Amino acid sequence: MIFGGGVIKGMLVTFKNFVLSYFSKEHLTTVQYPEERLPAKERYRNFPFLIFDNKPEDLRCVSCDICAKECPPKCITIVRDSDASGKPLKRPKVFDIDFSICMNCGICEEVCPFDAIFMDHEFELAEYGRFEDLNYHKEDLLKSAEHFAKIRPQDAARIDAKRAEKAQKVEPAKPQSQT
Amino acid sequence: MTEQADQIFVLAKKALLNFLSPFLPDWAAVFASILVSIGAIAVFGPVTMMYLTLLERKLVGRIQNRYGPNRVGFWGLLQPIADGIKMLTKEDIVPAKADKFAHFLAPIAIVVPALLIFSVIPFGRGMIAVDLSIGILFFLALSSTTTIWIFVASWASRNKFSLLGGMRSVAQMISYEIPMVLSIVPVLLVVGSFSTVAIVEAQSGWHWFVFTPWGIAGFLIFFLTGVAEVNRTPFDLPEGESEIVAGFHTEYSGMKFALFYMAEFMNTFSISAIVATAYLGGWQGPWLPSWVWFFIKTYALIFVMMWFRGTLPRLRVDQLMGFAWKFLLPLALINLLIAGIWLKLESPKNYLVALVMVIGSLMLLYWANGPEIPKKRTYRYAYENE
Repeated sequence: MIFGGGVIKGMLVTFKNFVLSYFSKEHLTTVQYPEERLPAKERYRNFPFLIFDNKPEDLRCVSCDICAKECPPKCITIVRDSDASGKPLKRPKVFDIDFSICMNCGICEEVCPFDAIFMDHEFELAEYGRFEDLNYHKEDLLKSAEHFAKIRPQDAARIDAKRAEKAQKVEPAKPQSQT
Repeated sequence: MTEQADQIFVLAKKALLNFLSPFLPDWAAVFASILVSIGAIAVFGPVTMMYLTLLERKLVGRIQNRYGPNRVGFWGLLQPIADGIKMLTKEDIVPAKADKFAHFLAPIAIVVPALLIFSVIPFGRGMIAVDLSIGILFFLALSSTTTIWIFVASWASRNKFSLLGGMRSVAQMISYEIPMVLSIVPVLLVVGSFSTVAIVEAQSGWHWFVFTPWGIAGFLIFFLTGVAEVNRTPFDLPEGESEIVAGFHTEYSGMKFALFYMAEFMNTFSISAIVATAYLGGWQGPWLPSWVWFFIKTYALIFVMMWFRGTLPRLRVDQLMGFAWKFLLPLALINLLIAGIWLKLESPKNYLVALVMVIGSLMLLYWANGPEIPKKRTYRYAYENE
């Protein structure tokens, strides 16, 4: 190898990359983000959403407050709803998640015994304000079960099977509790 | 038709002056002629600088397998304008203990020589602002004044890193100035004139100096020292980001900072143009208009500079100095001798003799500059002797 041969070798490498960037996809790996985007991986997680089954009133959430207690940065606020006589109901009146505090850990999803809260794939959440704009209320957090089945088909199938099994087990017991 | 395409800018200037002359007295017509040339250069220089920044970012981006700027305008063509607006709206920070006047003067003064050099560049046949009889000397003198303003900037900033950058700049400029001047002397020897126009005309046909044995060596020395003169990678020690924050322009922001870059990129262009003029035949070339040939050659050299930037890491200070003093300087001196011999001998013989001498001197210098590999030391335990 001659003196300075390494320089020529390096120059050829960069020239090859320069020329091939016009012809081959492997040599120009940039994804032009707003126009084109990479498909999200199924297990990708971002901020949580509340799931409903058929219509938005049918929340799976029973306002048990477990997620709010487990949440490490304490970003979830839940107030239980009650009927006119003051008897508490199995649904939240207020369900706020402060996305400026949430750290995307997914513990709420893991601990929820009713499979009511899941991590979403939505990440374009820029807002003008730091406080109220990022404090998502119940109406903003609601998303349908179809949405969940679309973004995370494997998880949705597993959870639907689990819920169906559970419903079958509970079914015979139901008349007893009603009496 | 080709004649007109060749002379399009000269004819445009003539037409403009013909249009103006009825309204102006004689002395003002001369003045207008000067102002047109100055105006053309004063517009051409900064616009070239703006689009060289874009070109550099595009090329380096492609080398690194990405697109480079492509958001502002089609192909990112408005990106330099967006950058300029950003630069102008930035806060102008002057350090509290800085020498305020020098700090203000340096970025402005550094642009002046960069623009003045454009006046002796022959852009095409007849397309030169002033055909100075000392064109090359004028260029060499002005290109070396840049370093004064770099040092003024670094001194005025009252910052250790700035000063280190300025010191490095001075050392580098002085070292590279000598091989640079010596490497262009063979051209002057053969042409017998300092005028850039005369140099280009001496290379008519395909007799570009780069095709002669001393020409290829001179071209390489002149181009490499030129790259070092304008502080571009791999010789960008004065602003070595990884070592001394940003070197001489550490304490500059906004448009003052942009002016340093303007000077650097305009120098890049003018060095490439002078290298093309001295060794690649300037605007000489078949078929195409002369100014097209000039820009093809100049931009090819600029492309090589940007290619260097995308490839090579920065040199160490001792390597930089060693390269200038131990390799380029002797080679430039030998090259001067070779050019003299080439000029004196008969035509077929001189190429052979000069080629042998160039290759011989290159091999000699390679051998003399070879890395000194110490002999492998063997350690012996004391008891082995017994």
